[in-house]
Amino acid sequence: MQRSPQLNEKGELQHLLSVEGLPREILVQILDTAESFVGVTERDIKKVPLLRGKSVFNLFFEPSTRTRTTFEIAAKRLSADVINLNIAVSSQSKGESLLDTVANLSAMHADVFVVRHASSGAPFLIARNVKPHEHVINAGDGRHAHPTQGLLDLFTIRHYKKDFTRLRVAVVGDIVHSRVARSLIHGLTTLGTPEVRVIGPQTLLPAGVESLGVRVFHDLSEGLKGVDVVVMLRLQNERMSGAMLPSAQEFFMTYGLTAEKLALAHPQAIVMHPGPMNRGVEIDSSVADGAHSVILPQVTFGIAVRMAVMSIVAGN
Amino acid sequence: MRILIRGGRVIDPASKRDGIGDVFLAEGKIVEPGGNADRTIDASGLVVAPGLVDLSARLREPGDEYKATLASEMEAAVAGGVTSLACAPDTDPPLDEPGLVDMLRRRAKALARARVYPVGALTRKLEGKRLTEMAELAAAGCVAFSQANVPIADTQVLWRALQYAATFGYPVWLRAEDPWLAKDGVAHDGEVATRLGLSGIPVFAETIALATLLELVRATGTRLHVCRLSSAAGVELMRAAKKEKLPVSCDVGIHHVHLSDVDLGYFDSHCRIEPPFRSRRDREALSRGLADGTIDCAVSDHTPVDVDRKQMPFDEAEPGATGLELLLPLTLKWGEERGLDLVESLARITCEPARVLGVPSGRIQAGAPADVIVFDPSAPFRVTAEGLRSQGKNSPFLGHELLGRVRTTLVAGNVVYEER
Repeated sequence: MQRSPQLNEKGELQHLLSVEGLPREILVQILDTAESFVGVTERDIKKVPLLRGKSVFNLFFEPSTRTRTTFEIAAKRLSADVINLNIAVSSQSKGESLLDTVANLSAMHADVFVVRHASSGAPFLIARNVKPHEHVINAGDGRHAHPTQGLLDLFTIRHYKKDFTRLRVAVVGDIVHSRVARSLIHGLTTLGTPEVRVIGPQTLLPAGVESLGVRVFHDLSEGLKGVDVVVMLRLQNERMSGAMLPSAQEFFMTYGLTAEKLALAHPQAIVMHPGPMNRGVEIDSSVADGAHSVILPQVTFGIAVRMAVMSIVAGN
Repeated sequence: MRILIRGGRVIDPASKRDGIGDVFLAEGKIVEPGGNADRTIDASGLVVAPGLVDLSARLREPGDEYKATLASEMEAAVAGGVTSLACAPDTDPPLDEPGLVDMLRRRAKALARARVYPVGALTRKLEGKRLTEMAELAAAGCVAFSQANVPIADTQVLWRALQYAATFGYPVWLRAEDPWLAKDGVAHDGEVATRLGLSGIPVFAETIALATLLELVRATGTRLHVCRLSSAAGVELMRAAKKEKLPVSCDVGIHHVHLSDVDLGYFDSHCRIEPPFRSRRDREALSRGLADGTIDCAVSDHTPVDVDRKQMPFDEAEPGATGLELLLPLTLKWGEERGLDLVESLARITCEPARVLGVPSGRIQAGAPADVIVFDPSAPFRVTAEGLRSQGKNSPFLGHELLGRVRTTLVAGNVVYEER
């Protein structure tokens, strides 16, 4: 297979497109750099001048508030100029092609493109077509990858659990449509996590999911036994009833995380969720707001991780 | 005009002839050697073979002239050694009216390149609802009826269409794909699609549809040609159907015996193709099935797509690959890899598809049409956008080095292509 298109000839991070294919050292570099930025976000003056004079274009072909905002905050804390483009309602609806849009923005001298797109692989196409000094960061492409989310999940796990090499992690729910799950699973396996479990009904697991290096469970209670980390995934509204699932209620009954189910996990287990949550569908409020939940710290760490990624790619 | 092709290695897969000799052409036919020639083509050191017969090439007319034109694609055909081709009905509008078929044939004839055999639409607008006027279309020159890549969802309509075609003895060419199971899918449902986050088309989308088709053949006696097999399980179903002596034949796209889903790499949209490239195991079964005769022939499934429609995210990119100019080299490569001699390899793109098509081409025998190619099987060339005559530059093999260059192509005894 070709060299990962996200690395330059020196093996450094040129773009961040996917967690898959990144060597362990780069993952650790990003997590360590993020660690150093956590302090910045807690200071009175929350700014460092690392990207001063650089332009970060937020290119969101798919609506997003949370991810776009955290990227914007991260870029501003690095002193970059941030331009938000809501492409869903601009040129694309006028028939302009993806590459034409990017070429036009490139002519406005961009340094970093943060891209979200409904099609898997779209950021790869953009990365192949930008100028050598421009960098692409994938902010979520179809079902494929959401690498900064995966990295912030890894950061959170490392923060609370220190060592990946003795962990059991369970990822629960809609795996088949989840770019978050794919990115996290690749990161966990690269960092040496001995056991990654996926838990869900057959309709929500992709073909050959075992090939990602995970153990498959269809029974939530069985799958949660002894795990150190529980990652709940968001179930999209449109998938709650239809051919994949009968109803949100039944999903909650079979795969929803309740205090009772969580009690089967390790006593010090942490509970994560990439947000936005559906309380009462994939997770019970008592768990989401409970002592095991690290869902809000995830959001905070997300800014430090995105600062780390931007400073590393734009610094290379 | 009498033409002598002298001193080449003459290969006629139909009779398994393989030896140095001369080929004589007169009045559009191959004739017994002897007498004077108006022109002599020196074929020493080269192979003289029947012109290739391709059961699936899209010429993009009418309707999609920005992707390709009849003129550009007919040049590509003869440069690739293809002297007879069947074109699918998925033009815009589809080939569902005798007038369109008639015009296409006349335009093709005026260009005087390869022979063009239109395949008519089985249902109007390919919508899978109402039958086309098959008898009128056949009178206008349609050699078979097909749905191109648009499956008929309603099995009642499918049954009736096969019955009606069988009434008149018209062959029906269909792809085996369940439209519901294939809905929204863009890649083989397997590890690669899972990793890349692409929606999958499971193998059983092919086998379920194929089992349905074979059952309807049993019921109706329709002569069915199954287009573009994609899976090992599909090959097995065809093997059993042939053993049962059902009136069926099948083909495979030449790209599918070389590539698998692993070749998608990082979302290479040149590998977005219908049916999708499946696993390496499937690819191996297709390659073997083509060698052992379970699969009757290989086709280019030539589908020119403009750059803009390929420079898109994988799922949005238009499916298809250019193929007319790669059919010969990719078939030679396949034969080489399977350890077949040229007689065997060339049969899959000459006499075998000619048999399916029901035409006398595809052979070098006295009385056969003088459709002949002279080629160098060991001449290397690099596949480049500039080098391809087709307006479609969309090939997963761009940048690859392949062997096999056509030097001269003759159709009906006329030289229609000569390498500079």
